[in-house]
Amino acid sequence: MELLILIFLPLAGAIVTSFIKGGAAKISALGFALLSLCVTIGLLAQFTPDATTQFAVNYPWIQQLGINFHAGIDGISMITVILTNVLVPLIILSTFKHEYKNAGIFYALILFMQSGLLLVFTALDGFLFYIGWEAALIPIYFICAIWGGKDRIKVNMKFFVYTIAGSLFMLLGIIYLYLQNPAKNFDINAFYALNLDSYQQGWIFWAFFIAFAIKMPIFPFHTWQPDTYTEAPAPGTMLLSGIMLKMGIYGVIRWLLPIVPQGVNDWICVAMILSVIGIVYASLIAFTQKDAKRLVAYSSIGHVGLIAAGIFTLNTQGMQGVMVQMLSHGINVVGLFFVLDIISSRLKTNKIDELGGLAKVAPQLAIVFLIIVLGTVALPGTNGFIGEFLLLYSVYDYNAWLGAIAGLTIIFGAVYMLRMYQKVMLGTTNDLTITFTDIKGTEKVVLYTICVLIVAMGVYPKPILNLSEASVQHLLEQVNQKLTGVN
Amino acid sequence: MNIIITIAVTALVVLYAGLFKAKKALLPLTLIGLLVALGFAVCSWNNPTTYYSMMRMDNFALAFSAISIIGTFFIFLLTKNYFAEGSDNVAEYFTLILFALCGITIMVSYQNMSMLFIGLEIMSVSLYILAGIRKLNFASNEASLKYFLMGAFSTGFLLFGIALIYGATGSFDIAVIQQYLIDNVKSVSPLFYPGVILVMIGLCFKVGAAPFHFWTPDVYEGSPSLITAFMSTVVKTAGFAAFLRLFAGAFEPLHDFWTPALMVIVIITLCVGNITALYQKNFKRMLAYSSISHAGYLLFSLVVLTTNSASNVLVYAAAYTFASIIAFAVLILVKQKTGSDSIDSFNGLGKRNPLAAFTLTIAMLSLAGIPLTAGFIGKYVMFLNVMETYQTALVVIAILNALVGFYYYFKVIIAMWFKEGSEVELEVPLQYKIVLVFSVIVTFFLGVYPDLILNLI
Repeated sequence: MELLILIFLPLAGAIVTSFIKGGAAKISALGFALLSLCVTIGLLAQFTPDATTQFAVNYPWIQQLGINFHAGIDGISMITVILTNVLVPLIILSTFKHEYKNAGIFYALILFMQSGLLLVFTALDGFLFYIGWEAALIPIYFICAIWGGKDRIKVNMKFFVYTIAGSLFMLLGIIYLYLQNPAKNFDINAFYALNLDSYQQGWIFWAFFIAFAIKMPIFPFHTWQPDTYTEAPAPGTMLLSGIMLKMGIYGVIRWLLPIVPQGVNDWICVAMILSVIGIVYASLIAFTQKDAKRLVAYSSIGHVGLIAAGIFTLNTQGMQGVMVQMLSHGINVVGLFFVLDIISSRLKTNKIDELGGLAKVAPQLAIVFLIIVLGTVALPGTNGFIGEFLLLYSVYDYNAWLGAIAGLTIIFGAVYMLRMYQKVMLGTTNDLTITFTDIKGTEKVVLYTICVLIVAMGVYPKPILNLSEASVQHLLEQVNQKLTGVN
Repeated sequence: MNIIITIAVTALVVLYAGLFKAKKALLPLTLIGLLVALGFAVCSWNNPTTYYSMMRMDNFALAFSAISIIGTFFIFLLTKNYFAEGSDNVAEYFTLILFALCGITIMVSYQNMSMLFIGLEIMSVSLYILAGIRKLNFASNEASLKYFLMGAFSTGFLLFGIALIYGATGSFDIAVIQQYLIDNVKSVSPLFYPGVILVMIGLCFKVGAAPFHFWTPDVYEGSPSLITAFMSTVVKTAGFAAFLRLFAGAFEPLHDFWTPALMVIVIITLCVGNITALYQKNFKRMLAYSSISHAGYLLFSLVVLTTNSASNVLVYAAAYTFASIIAFAVLILVKQKTGSDSIDSFNGLGKRNPLAAFTLTIAMLSLAGIPLTAGFIGKYVMFLNVMETYQTALVVIAILNALVGFYYYFKVIIAMWFKEGSEVELEVPLQYKIVLVFSVIVTFFLGVYPDLILNLI
């Protein structure tokens, strides 16, 4: 029951907000987002960090087609739910300085998307998962295509068709699993219990993997991403990079590994190499970017590549690293994009060469931006460190060469992020940047919150690790059991 | 039977009302007649009756009659001021549509191939006239003539096929034919095979499946929009019901023989419809091609025959009907205002009239098959149907086509919301508002809770 409130509260908020005109819309949206956060905290208080699925709901929905409204939360879902419900209020708050046309619709779409995301992260029914998957896509398409930049129509069409192509093949995979299931339903546990041969598993692996790889995005399915991030309005970019790409990661963990472990096992090499290629490729391109927003977009591909590589190591450290890094990456990237949005909304540019010396005119921004950048480059003591350490360790464990390549690239990543910081914030001011004013009001609230989260998670990550540990171990046991059972 | 009688009597009453210049009474009379017919359809539910082995009003026939009547009802609601322009014979429009509906009811309930022919002709002859009813308009005349020639041609195929089947089996009765096939499944008369193919061709002409679709775009574009709406929704649904009754019923034992032919038709239909629609600049023409592609998806239900085939067609047809009605309703409004039915004339509709733009957006999403709309459930059950025999290649082709579909349906959405257009306000009359809002509600309802209609047949 609590779970239904969690999922549908943002939807109710979306309906209410869509009728509100003008400035009151953002207040309403923020109210609903904070209310969702409160519900999440309530759930967290009742949550016992073991491997069980909690707050489960299971209602028949479309009986004729064997579809149930079956959802629940375990440790893995909890992480993503927290991520969503912490970031959405921050993202909404970050828009307070902007006046969007048709604000009611704008905020309604954000809340609608939040509902879709929560559905994805809690669904235990294949069909429901698919519905949530698409329900999160439609609003972000409209957010980016209505309020985006100059090229928004073309870029977003590409994004939309790309992602929906992936998801339609995933739907095909889901239908296939449904037909294999003797009980003729979409229950995830029934899917886990299926006995598919390795040929079938290989096909299903690709049907799902492509959908998830496009969403994350993993090389070579990433071509939509930099353009879409650049053209989207700032909150759209934050939603895409902060939360939406975690749908792909979550999908791999929940719907790929346990259902087709043999398929994963057969193709793990390819997935791993693609992930590592993604890290290297994205970092190299990021190095040459002149636009800060594009730079962050590419760096995000690199970070996600590492997360994906961590999943496919199939060991507890790697998986725990994924959990922490999902949260950290979400928080950090939202921070980065918000800082860049502040800069571009004041100076109308994100070109690295045109900026410089902002630290002199905006000392507060300089500090918070530094903390966020350090979190992104994984300095010990920040949230990025713990996740990246676990990930690199497990990738190295899987294959020393891949580990070395990935590790070096991440260090390389530190170089371009710091260089970007240096060129934007340090140095001398020019005619343009002298006019810059420091952060204030809601901007401060958002950025300070993010900084506190970065430091807190970096210093004391134990609660988060505890939250997901049992579920992660349980999941990996399941996978290993099935693997040894088949062989 | 009482459904057909009610509709026919209404048609005659309306014709006489027109004779006595009672223009105001036409619409209420028609609507009341349709409601009574719908009432009869609901009352005879689960109570199948057969009329001298000619027609059988089973649940299948009733469900398809009901959806045809509802579709027609909505289209009549859109007639406000539509026919009155440029014609004083408004009553003829009403009567002819009602006669066509009469033929449709026969088409969905026939038990004898002669009734199929009669129903089809009653419907077609009315439509030939309706297509050309703007007699001073070139396009309308062209549409009418083209439709008539093509229609007559296809009826020829159909009749020839029926004759051959009669030659093989000695009967027009579809139950007898089915029995004949079951009894002689190994030694079916050689006359029968060309008969099946010719009947298939005849029916494919009527539902506008490629490669027998060439009349569709011109006829749809040339006819008055409201008539096009009627043709592409109600008439198409009826065509599929007739198709299904014959091929899922009587010809079912020969499934292995005609499936490969149908499969080819399905693939061509999907590709031709979608890819050509992509290049259309005219909204009405785009809808015409999209209706061809939807015929392809609908034929999926015949490629793999299951117990669910009929209800799958019903769901898809319902989704498609309501979405198309919205599309045509908005098209009529936009055309009245701008005088053009190109996609560009929808530019900036989001500002000019948010309600119309919103409903059209939902309609486009439903036609494209986005989850939570009826169109998605329709496509989903079709895919599921075909996947049941693991014809994955066919589903992959359908998915690729669905992707193409996103492009051109989104073209309309993009024009309405993201492009700047004229700032002239667009008024939506009350009747249009009712139709739009109700159709959107049905689209969402069927998308979220399709159990109601999935269980129907």
